[in-house]
Amino acid sequence: MNRLHLALLLLIGCIAALPWFGGPYALRLGTTACLYATLALSWNVVGGFAGYPSFATAAFFGFGAYATGVLLTLGLPLSLSILLSLLAALLLAGLLGAVLLRLRGHYFAIASLSLVEVLRELVNNATDLTGGGMGLNIPLAAGSGILADAVFFFYAMWAVLLATALMVIGVSMSKLGFGLACIRQNETAAGMIGLNATLYKSLAFGLSACFVSAAGGLYAAWVHYIDPSDVFDILYSVKPIVMALMGGIGSPLGVACGALVYLGLEEVVWRHYIQIHSGVLGLLIVVLLLCLPHGLLSLRLGALWRRARHV
Amino acid sequence: MSEILRLDRLSRHFRGLQALREVSLGIRQGEVVGLIGPNGAGKTTLVNTVCGVTPANSGSVNYRGRDITAVKPYQAARLGLARTFQIVQPFGEFTALDNVAAAALFAQQGSSLKSAREQAFAHLAFVGLEAHAGQSAATLTLAMRKRLELAKTLAMKPKLLFLDEVNAGLNSAEVERATKLIHQMAANGMTIVMIEHLMKVVLNVCTRIIVLHNGQLIADGRPGDVMKNPAVVEAYLGQQYARRHAAHV
Repeated sequence: MNRLHLALLLLIGCIAALPWFGGPYALRLGTTACLYATLALSWNVVGGFAGYPSFATAAFFGFGAYATGVLLTLGLPLSLSILLSLLAALLLAGLLGAVLLRLRGHYFAIASLSLVEVLRELVNNATDLTGGGMGLNIPLAAGSGILADAVFFFYAMWAVLLATALMVIGVSMSKLGFGLACIRQNETAAGMIGLNATLYKSLAFGLSACFVSAAGGLYAAWVHYIDPSDVFDILYSVKPIVMALMGGIGSPLGVACGALVYLGLEEVVWRHYIQIHSGVLGLLIVVLLLCLPHGLLSLRLGALWRRARHV
Repeated sequence: MSEILRLDRLSRHFRGLQALREVSLGIRQGEVVGLIGPNGAGKTTLVNTVCGVTPANSGSVNYRGRDITAVKPYQAARLGLARTFQIVQPFGEFTALDNVAAAALFAQQGSSLKSAREQAFAHLAFVGLEAHAGQSAATLTLAMRKRLELAKTLAMKPKLLFLDEVNAGLNSAEVERATKLIHQMAANGMTIVMIEHLMKVVLNVCTRIIVLHNGQLIADGRPGDVMKNPAVVEAYLGQQYARRHAAHV
């Protein structure tokens, strides 16, 4: 484990202290931060390590939200519902990945995007199970007061983030991560040295989907009401990519920082430019990416490099 | 010597272009075979078809008593078939060491990253790149990248090695160095099939020559015989070269 990985775990550790300092608003923000960081870190496995630009994050977010929602209405406990959604997403994404990841580049991006639409339509039409376009009401879980609820969901989402971070660190240090790096750089050559690229890419896709699904499930339980246009929102696919770009694609610490910075920008811009917030946010992102094409993490490395040369 | 590879009436076409026409041949254990022919003759396609990159349309490939006509490239690699690319294919962001370690790691089942890196250094040293082990592959010169390709294939511990124009684009000193490496590998008992345009290298290294022309096998035999074969002279060598060669011999 290198220093960047430790820094990531330290950052996540710091986030855990939030309930001692903030009220319900800070907790809501913190929960969203954990959610965003989970999505971005998960995307990084397939988009950053393997180099396949997936737009399927929203598909698995929605899948998890609905899977957990339906299981909760059936009377299953929250933890079990989320665990089942996680495993189902791992399996589903692994199988879909074996098919979808035969496409490369733009073609893969479009195919993964269509996955969101397909799942959305499936949910829309399975009215008996999901309520279709009417949405799905989810029974209250704990119900022991607003603040207690907020703290519970914050820590639950934080736990998902921690699990995602550990998964990402594990992958990056393993043979799987090494293989994914080979695939990203030269997939033909990777095959010729005996690397089963289809298997590795499917594993990566499955791992990048499972915690997104778990986060979606928690989100559903948190907001008590979901409908297809909310949880299959394409923004859930786009935002993690922007966060990763801002933080520095491929580096887990950078991606997590990118998620936090993105959330900060989103919140500040929303507050000050309520009418044109999307435009201002978009502009800010473009400026950031133009000035820092390799992400926020390149700032830190640049500073270190300069200091090292002066010593 | 026992046969390690047997191609039986192997054919491959790309739409209307017949790249291989019913090619049948055998490669014996320990041979160093030169595969020559004009551009577009199907030499690289032959290697690609054996390795599973472009599977055969008809015919069969038999490797060490096993039918491998339909295997995927990664399976062929694990069976001990290694090849270099005409256009070098390094993992550009990796160091030279990690390039070779990747080959050792994935071609041999059950090896760990640590042991793969240790092995990789020995192979880098063999091709004379140990001083550049920590350098990223993208920054190496072409000659070094060609040797890196060699080190990568060696790390796969191949039983049959295909070299696809390892000398193309190298100057004469670099060619000499690469040729010496091939000699050493052959002396270690490795079975090698090399695609090569430099006849000097082919005649220097190979014990047998196979000639392809328009996807067809037109000659197969000892270098001396093949060089005198009228069909080969007509299709590839040219009258001038044949006369000069005959004068030298």
